[in-house]
This record gives sequence, C-alpha cells and structure tokens, in this order.
Amino acid sequence: MAISFLRGSGRIISQGDRAYKIWVGSLLALIAIGLFAYSFQGRQGLIATNLRDQVSWGFYVGNFTFLVGIAAAAVMLVIPAYVYDWGPIKEVAILGELLAISAIIMCLLFVLVDMGRPDRFLHIVPFLGSPNWPMSVMAWDALVLNIYLGVNLAVVVHILYTGFYGKAYNKKIVIPLVLFSIPMAVSIHTVTAFLYNGMAARPFWNASILAPRFIVSAFCSGPAVLLILFQVLRKRTGLPIKDEAIQKVAELMAYAMFLNLFLLGAELFKEYYSATEHLLYTQYFWSGIGTHTTLVKYAWSGLAASLIAFFIFLVPKWRRNMTLLNVGCGLIYFSVYIEKGMGLVIPGMTPDTLGEIYEYKPTLVEWGVTAGIYGIGFLVFTFLVKLAVPIMSGHFSAVEAEPATSAPGELSAEAH
Amino acid sequence: MSACENSGGCGSEVVDPGRRDVLKFLAVGATMATGAACDLEGFFRKSFRELSPADVRRMTTGWERKYTRKYGKTVTVSEVGPMDGVKFGYGLDLSRCIGCRRCVYACVEENNQSRKEPQIQWIRVLEMDKAHGVDLNHSDIYYDAATVPQPGKFYMPIQCQQCDDPPCVKTCPVGATWKEKDGIVVIDYDWCIGCRCCMSACPYGARHFNWAEPSLPAQEMNPKTHVLGNRPRPKGVVEKCTFCIQRTREGLYPACVEVCPVGARKFGNLLDPESEIRQAMDTKRVFILKEDLATHPSFFYFYAT
Amino acid sequence: MLWMAAALALTLSSAGVIGTAIPPTQVVKVQKKEKLIEAEKPPFTEGIFPCSQCHNLKVNGKVNPTRRELQFHDEIQSDFHHDSENRWCLDCHDANNRDVLHLTSGAAVPFTESYKLCGQCHGDKYRDWKRGVHGKRVGQWNGEKTYFLCVNCHNPHSPRFKSLKPLPPPIRPSDMNRGKR
Repeated sequence: MAISFLRGSGRIISQGDRAYKIWVGSLLALIAIGLFAYSFQGRQGLIATNLRDQVSWGFYVGNFTFLVGIAAAAVMLVIPAYVYDWGPIKEVAILGELLAISAIIMCLLFVLVDMGRPDRFLHIVPFLGSPNWPMSVMAWDALVLNIYLGVNLAVVVHILYTGFYGKAYNKKIVIPLVLFSIPMAVSIHTVTAFLYNGMAARPFWNASILAPRFIVSAFCSGPAVLLILFQVLRKRTGLPIKDEAIQKVAELMAYAMFLNLFLLGAELFKEYYSATEHLLYTQYFWSGIGTHTTLVKYAWSGLAASLIAFFIFLVPKWRRNMTLLNVGCGLIYFSVYIEKGMGLVIPGMTPDTLGEIYEYKPTLVEWGVTAGIYGIGFLVFTFLVKLAVPIMSGHFSAVEAEPATSAPGELSAEAH
Repeated sequence: MSACENSGGCGSEVVDPGRRDVLKFLAVGATMATGAACDLEGFFRKSFRELSPADVRRMTTGWERKYTRKYGKTVTVSEVGPMDGVKFGYGLDLSRCIGCRRCVYACVEENNQSRKEPQIQWIRVLEMDKAHGVDLNHSDIYYDAATVPQPGKFYMPIQCQQCDDPPCVKTCPVGATWKEKDGIVVIDYDWCIGCRCCMSACPYGARHFNWAEPSLPAQEMNPKTHVLGNRPRPKGVVEKCTFCIQRTREGLYPACVEVCPVGARKFGNLLDPESEIRQAMDTKRVFILKEDLATHPSFFYFYAT
Repeated sequence: MLWMAAALALTLSSAGVIGTAIPPTQVVKVQKKEKLIEAEKPPFTEGIFPCSQCHNLKVNGKVNPTRRELQFHDEIQSDFHHDSENRWCLDCHDANNRDVLHLTSGAAVPFTESYKLCGQCHGDKYRDWKRGVHGKRVGQWNGEKTYFLCVNCHNPHSPRFKSLKPLPPPIRPSDMNRGKR
C-alpha cells in the first residue's frame, strides 16, 4: 500500500505542463547554485561570509528567524479549520501545514549552513549528543522545531495517504495532533524569540515585547504567502477555494497588522523617550550612527510597506479588490522580511558589545547558499502541493493510480 | 579517539602516491581504514566531561603524537585539573595601563591563536577619552599613534572576564563550554558545533571564532599546551582567554601578566587573602565591567592611584 | 505545553545551576610556599661606581652643599625630572659618603635598598609595592616569584614612564578576507 502511494506520488510530481517544468527546473538551478556556494563555504570556512567576531550572526540567522514565523503561521489557518470546523478555511488549511513543513525544512537548513561544525549536528540530538537542557534556549529551539516538523508531517502524510485510498482521515489521530500543533506553533516562534530575548548582552533583543512581536508579525507574513498561493492554485488547478475563505484570512491579517504596528510603536516610544545608552541599536536601524547607515533605507521602506499594507487590508472595499490585496500581501511580506530578518539580527549586533561598528552585508556566497535553501524549500512545497491538490480534489487516488490492484471499497474520494 | 579530531581528516597526510610499493600501499590502506574508523569514533564520541580520566589521557596522547608530527617539535598536551582551594582572579590597574598592546601579542604567541585570516586576538585594548570615562560606545581598538599613552586618553584591555554566572555557558546548546572549579570558563574544541550563541551572549566580546582554518606557523607554535586551553584549534569552533590555563594550573602567572611593562596586571588566588589580587581588591577601589548584567566576573578593574 | 514546561524549567534551574562559585571570603591554605626573590638590580653606568673614586672628601676637601648647576653628570642633569624645581643631588645622595644614599633623617641607605628612600615620599606606592599591588612580579603566582625594585622600572632621576610605540592594531573585520593568507 505504502509503495503504491509512493509510486503514485513519484508519478504525480514528475508530470506537469510546461510552466510546471520550467518552475521546477529553475528551482533545481537555484539549488545547484546553493550547493556550489555551500561547497565553497565548506572549503573556506565561514570566512566566505561577511560574518566576523563583531557581527557573528547575519543573513542565515535572519532568514531562519523570518521563516520560523512563516512556519508558525500555519496555525492561523489550522485553528478555525479544525477546532471550529469552519468549512471555507478547512479545505485549504492543509496547505498551511504544507507551507509549515517547507518553512521548517528551510529553517533547519539555515541553522545548518550557519554552523561552524555542521558535521557535529548530532551533539544537539537528545540521547546521542548532550543538549544543554534546560538552560540553553537554542537546545529547546532545535527540539521544538523538530517536533513541529514531525507533527505537521504526520498530519499531512496521514491525510494524504487516507485521501489517496479514498478513505476519510482518522479523526482520533488527526485532531489531537492538530490540537498539539497549535501550542507547538506558538512555541517555535516564542522559543526562537527567547533565543534573542534572553541575551542581556544585546539590549536591542533584550526586550520583553520581542516574543509578542514575533508572534504577531508571523500572523502577518505567513498568511500573506498563503493568500497568493490560494489564487495561484485556484487558477491553475481548479481547487475550490472560496473568496469567503480568502477574505476571512485577510480580515484576520488586518488585525494582526494593527497589533504589529502598535507593538512597534510601543517599542520605539520606549527607546526614544527614555533615550538611554541602549537607544544606540534602534538608532543604528532607523537613522544610522554617523556614516554607518546601511540599514536605514530598509528600515523606512519596511515601515512604509507595513503601513500601506495595513490600510489595504483594513478597508473592506480595498481588500476585496484582488489586485490591491496581492499588492498588500507583497508589501507585508517584504516588511516582515526586513523586520524579522536583517532588521532584527543586525541592529542587535551593531554596535558590538564593546561599541565597535562593523557594517555587515552578506557576500555572494551567502546569497548563493540562501538562494539554494529557498530553492529546496520551494521545491518541497511545490511537490507537496502537487500531491495534495489532486488528492484533495479527488483527481488522484489509488483507483486511478493503480486500477489493477485497487481493492473494492477503495473508491475515489469525492471532492470536498 | 586518536589523532583525527581535526577537520583535516585522518588518512590524507599518509598517502604517498609516488611509491608503488605493495607493502606501502597496504600500510596506507590500513591507515586509511583506521582513519575512517576513528572519524566515526569522533562522530559518535562522548563530550569531554563524560570521558573517564583514562579516556582523556588516551585522547591527549593521541593529540600529542599528531601535533608533534604536524609542527615538527615535541608537543605536550596537559589535562591537569583545577587545584583545591584555588579560585583565580584577575586585576587590571587602569591608572597604569598605557595601551602598548604587549599583552595582546604575548597572549597570541602563548596561546597559539591564528595569526591572520582569520586573525584572532583574545585581548582587545580600548582607547577612550579621559573626559568621558569608561564609555565603550566611544572607544577605539584600532588606535595607531606613534607612541602611547596619548594625552587625554586612557586604555582598557578587555578579555574573558571568567564570569561566575557566564551567559555564554548558559546559552551553549550542547554544553561544550563550562566553568571549572578554579573559575576558568573553558571550551571543548571537539564538542563545539560553531553555532556562535555564546558569542551573541557574551557581553565582553571575549569569544572568538575560527572563521577559517587557523594559520599557525610551525616555528611559532607554543608546544606546551593544555587540552582545554592553547592546543591548536580546528576551523569552525569558538575560542577564548583561559587565564593561560596551561600556565596558571602549573602555578605560573599568565603570559599577559608577565609581559606587561607597567605592572598593570595582577593575578592570583581569590581565596588567599595574601594574594596580589586580593590585596588589590582590599586596598583599592575596584569595579567590574557591565555590573548591571550580574555576570559576576572574576576580572576586576581598579585604579591604584 | 512544551514551551511552558521549558519556561518553568528555566525558572527553576536558573536559581541553582549556575551560581556555584565559591565566595571569595572563604580562606583556604595555598599548598605551595610563596617565596619572594629580588630581581637583579639594574647595573650602574660602566665605571661609575663606587662614586667615591671621584667624590673623595680626602682628595676634594669640603663638600659644597649649595643647590647649583654642576659641571659634571650632564646626562643626568639634562634629563632630571623628579621635582627638579625643588630638589637636587644631595637630597638623596649622601654628601659625606657618595657610595650610599640617605634618608631625610640622615640615616644612610645602600643603593641596594633605594626603595626605602623612595618610600619616604611615595609612601602609598611603597605600601602597595610591598603588597604586590604596585609594580610587577613574575614567576609563580603561588610559589617562587621575582619582584622588581623601584629602580628596575623607574629611572630615579626621571621616574615617569617613557611613552612606548604600541604594537600594531588588530585587522579590521572588513579587511579580513578569505584567501589572503
């Protein structure tokens, strides 16, 4: 049974129209670039990046942090879908979980490429290594990320597998797992926030508002990806995603965006009004220190994007306009990418703990490796969606895949 | 666990493609096989603190052999532990320091730090304005005046403060760094995964990363090493000041104390009221760096005048 | 749920796990016997000592105790920065026996114990030096250590430290690139 499922899946992902093949081909090209860049970094060491003792985390860790948010956002769709049995979102909630899986895989890859000794990854694995529990937040982060990945994989594989054989999924398995994945989603982002938050040496991160901001911004960026995706799928596969579902998600996003701006304002007020020596890092981000102004343009364009997106999503007439909605999604995605990526990591380390200012910018190697990881993530996501969509819409099942061996009763699932 | 904890791999240095001797070939094959085996052992080895004393001794002998071969001189790797009744403390007299950086280079030579690309220095000397007092955000570590001290300036060397509540130790996800009984915060270079959490957590910029394979010329290599101290480090791990563990656990002063031309550096046992460090603390006004972070350093700055 | 457990565990353990340091007040005997060894004293200029070779009362007769510019010891006079406005040679060098120094009480002090003379004015430094707080000691922190006398480091006629050329600054992070070994 499992073999026929795998074989059928393999067939599904290897077939597609010209656009699909071009898409997959270009992702494979990105992965090739990434592999080339990573092998260069592997030979040279991390000196191939622009990371140095002064700024020892950068592009990789920034992308990691951003993607944890994307992964966590899956709950946004899972909560109403499964808990409240709310139809319009339910049929697409599985896509949120697919996104979570791909995002977590990218997260783990970003951590791996940032490690000086990736060959020693076993040292953080329970029982095999010596994870420093309970003190190290990083040890916790590795654990919760992997559990979250496991839970989402289990749910998705189960639903797809049963769908493939035309059976309804087992509620006794899925519901507890989904319920478990909700606090897990909150925890991956909270623990990631605590990783920064707990570092008293870095005043920019050492703010209690950090974890709430992480969660709220994830509720902006994650669904933004999905909204675009829904429209693509609706057009290309005929998956019945209702406008109602899209609008509901958009409405929830508007609230999240307001909160996000509010928390940002709260933080900025505290920093600028009290104006202690800790203001320096915020200043580096928003106005630069002396001639060191690399991040300033990103800071302000991120804020502008965030404001415009908020108003687009706030006004019902505007968000019902699909073009405007997509622009808004792009803007909020960009904004959170700045805020939770480089805008979080770099100002935290500039100036460094002894007051030195080193302006970090990623090297070509870092861009290459990053492109490769996104290539892997998108490829995983593409394959998963390619599998899920026909199964969900009933176009692909065991009956169709291997008619000769299909047992009686294993009928093609009906479209939900 | 023998001579292959390093990134270079085991077999490579033995292969001699110029000779077709069958025996030689077999020998190489055998060595390569052992190499693979010991790589695997390294992959699955236990962390330093879980090893028995006998295992540690076996490991250090392996390194001694390897380093001796690599650097062409007899290298010793000590694993001597902390002394009873000793907790190390360090004092630095800011009214004396003239910023000459003799300590920086004495440290580099003693502790086998990478010379350049990447250049690693465990001590950073900050030049600051007397008018502003200790203000790290207006400090300069790249000062290059013809002579020091410059008028209106004072100098503050910063190295690992060997905190009693070290944020770096707390944050390490694999427990590759810890505080020893005598107060020295050490790193297991063979357990560190190079995630650099400790570097983010350290408020003193004391931790340094081997961004590339360290460059350590054989003739400059200090062959007297300690397993948790100045033995050669591989690429991709973090390192830091250990109060010259290979010297101080033998009773010697750290290299930076010995070299300081103005006697600004004091070192000794905090539990011994007669020690120089305790005398300085008892009779002078002492401050610790970033006191508000409650890291409780074993490193004390003071003004003798 | 897991993250709550994590938070709880963090709270519980932060109380006990880390703060294991021994309080510095606890007194424990150091095994090794400390022993102070005096550093070798800096040599005099070649042929200058004993001073009585030239400063010989029997040959030269009476000493002129008036503070004045000398016709001799140019290199010392030109670099004399030790309260030079008020002081001169015979404030420290003994007028009657030039091979020794003298305290303000008039008591003679051999050159080998010049720190006693320094300590007259610089009492605080003298006290710190005896404790090991001022000056420098090398060797073993818990065993045999060499201590230096005032004159090992300070020129008694111009005691302020001369400025030094600093060793090179570190390489800036932006200049530390791959492949430039």
